Amino acid sequence: MGILVNKDTKVIVQGITGKAATFHTKQMLNYGTKIVGGVTPGKAGQEVEGVPVFNTVEDAVKATGATASVVYVPARFASDSIMEGVEAGLDLVVCITEHIPVQDMIKVRRYMEGKKTRLIGPNCPGIMTTDECKLGIIPGNVQKKGHVGLVSRSGTLTYEAAFQLMNAGIGITTSIGIGGDPVKGMDFIDVLELFKNDPETKSVLMIGEIGGTAEEDAAKWIKENMPDKPVTAFIAGRQAPPGKRMGHAGAIISGGKGTAADKIKALNAVGIEVADTVAHIGETVVETLKRAGIYDVCHTC
Amino acid sequence: MNIHEYQSKAVLKGYGVTVPDGGVAFTVDEAVKQAQALGSDVVVVKAQIHAGGRGKAGGVKLAHNPDEVRQYAEELLGKVLVTHQTGPEGKKVNRLLIEAGSNIKKEYYLSFAVDRKTARTVMMGSEEGGMEIEKVAAEMPDKIFKEYIDPAVGLTSFQATRMAYKMNFPKETVGKVTKLMMNLYRAFLMKDCSLAEINPLVVTQEMNVVALDAKLNFDDSGLFRHPDIVSLRDESEEDPKELRAGASGLSYVNLGGNVACMVNGAGLAMATVDILKHYGGEPANFLDVGGDSTPEKIAEAFQIMLDGGQAKGIFVNIFGGINKCDVIAEGIVGAAKIISPDGKSLPVPVVVRLEGTNVERGRQILKDTPIANVIPAETMEGGAEEIVRLVNQG
Repeated sequence: MGILVNKDTKVIVQGITGKAATFHTKQMLNYGTKIVGGVTPGKAGQEVEGVPVFNTVEDAVKATGATASVVYVPARFASDSIMEGVEAGLDLVVCITEHIPVQDMIKVRRYMEGKKTRLIGPNCPGIMTTDECKLGIIPGNVQKKGHVGLVSRSGTLTYEAAFQLMNAGIGITTSIGIGGDPVKGMDFIDVLELFKNDPETKSVLMIGEIGGTAEEDAAKWIKENMPDKPVTAFIAGRQAPPGKRMGHAGAIISGGKGTAADKIKALNAVGIEVADTVAHIGETVVETLKRAGIYDVCHTC
Repeated sequence: MNIHEYQSKAVLKGYGVTVPDGGVAFTVDEAVKQAQALGSDVVVVKAQIHAGGRGKAGGVKLAHNPDEVRQYAEELLGKVLVTHQTGPEGKKVNRLLIEAGSNIKKEYYLSFAVDRKTARTVMMGSEEGGMEIEKVAAEMPDKIFKEYIDPAVGLTSFQATRMAYKMNFPKETVGKVTKLMMNLYRAFLMKDCSLAEINPLVVTQEMNVVALDAKLNFDDSGLFRHPDIVSLRDESEEDPKELRAGASGLSYVNLGGNVACMVNGAGLAMATVDILKHYGGEPANFLDVGGDSTPEKIAEAFQIMLDGGQAKGIFVNIFGGINKCDVIAEGIVGAAKIISPDGKSLPVPVVVRLEGTNVERGRQILKDTPIANVIPAETMEGGAEEIVRLVNQG
């Protein structure tokens, strides 16, 4: 089970002939992902890792019946690639590319209005449904199958958290990195809605960071909509000074808004435990599961 | 990226936004010359630093004759201004803006920024100009008005007009105000700004609408489209270590403390800073070394952290995903060769926590090539505690 993608999802890789895309195409295939095609304009007829290349997403979808894509296209062309995937009627587009101009993403979001496509990213590690399928760059060996859904604004923290859960014997349904940009596709609440409706997911781990108010909004949403699935959280950036961008384009405290303290307060206020440090994420999840009486069910590995 | 007020005004002038006449001065003589060229009874001498709150900190002076211009220019050039945005160390004034004074009738606030939630550019306006907008938002939220802009059609005329009326502009100025809003939006969009803020926007006694101050911030990801903006960068406004790191492709922020860290990934790097503080250390920096960790890059990262004697200890915290622990370990060994005369030591304690892809090989490399001062850590928690203990015991 899990959300958004599974072993039957047919995936195309946009920008497949690039170095990083080729490397990750191989990794995704090894994990079991059904990569059915790739797209690079002008390279139709070639093959990458045994996967046929097409000139356009439209051609690739027609020939393969793909419903999802993952974008590795360079920043200045990536927003166009996302829109091409949206126009082709894909259910899901995952964009790994970092440094897409914000105004380009504003256009993309406008373009997506009224269309069915969901977007994960940009500037994200992608999505992985354990033992079934991965789109993006999440290493295949950091998570085991189980009942916790993982959603995070950071790539490395996704792996770190999944690894700590694995060591604690806690498995994962699907992990999603939603990305570190200020204007992006799915946000916490969009992902939480899917986890809420996934019977396999019994609990959620949410990893946020400074900048914006998505964590505060998620806290409110969880209280009102998902009382039956316990949530654990971690927030990075307690020591971040105001006005300084901490690596991610969206990780900045501006005008006194977006501090870790505010986010932790909002989460605690609705009964969500926030791990004290990054090293305590695993054990904090275990505590939450025990308190909710679902530790045994979730102890799957 | 940030630029100075005088540069922002020049950019905006190019888009038809009315700004006071004026020019930049790097020396006292230039300041006097600029003032004389203006031919204005009152001249404003404004310190140019990348921080707000200059007025309150004494960085803005009104001069009534060339002697006063000289006096204020002498006073301000070279002075360290401390405002609520500079931090206690302040910022040195190297440039002045010499500007014709305006007969201010009333001050307003106007800005364009990106709203994350709606994924739209938002225009914000308030009748309460001159004060910090955060303060207005906290104390009088009903005094701030917003218009969300559809990127497909841009700022519409009715939105600008509605904003002008809500902000209570005198009716004879509404046409000028809406034109200024349109021009400011065009500049915001065409130059990939992350913020375009006019505070205050003033109506003069003569019923002109003038941007008395101007602040433009730019989206770093959009800079490849704007070499003209990149050329406005004033490196003297930036932290020297951050500049050096940027040149090497390292994402680094100086935090001022003495316990340094080198991490892969922005999220884990932020979280590592937090855990050092949690165990009683004073974090020296945020540093995301990125995916391609060559010995040269790691050596450069170490040297930046050590420069000026800042780092008394370094915590290397790596979760190998796509980048591999053995590559990082080789990088540390290689960095010791570059940094130390004997090639087998590092000048301060370096606690290394490796986890993830090829972790066994990474640990083996550090074991096989002992480097003085490099201490492997079994866990992240243990490593963080250890480095803080080593630094604090001196």
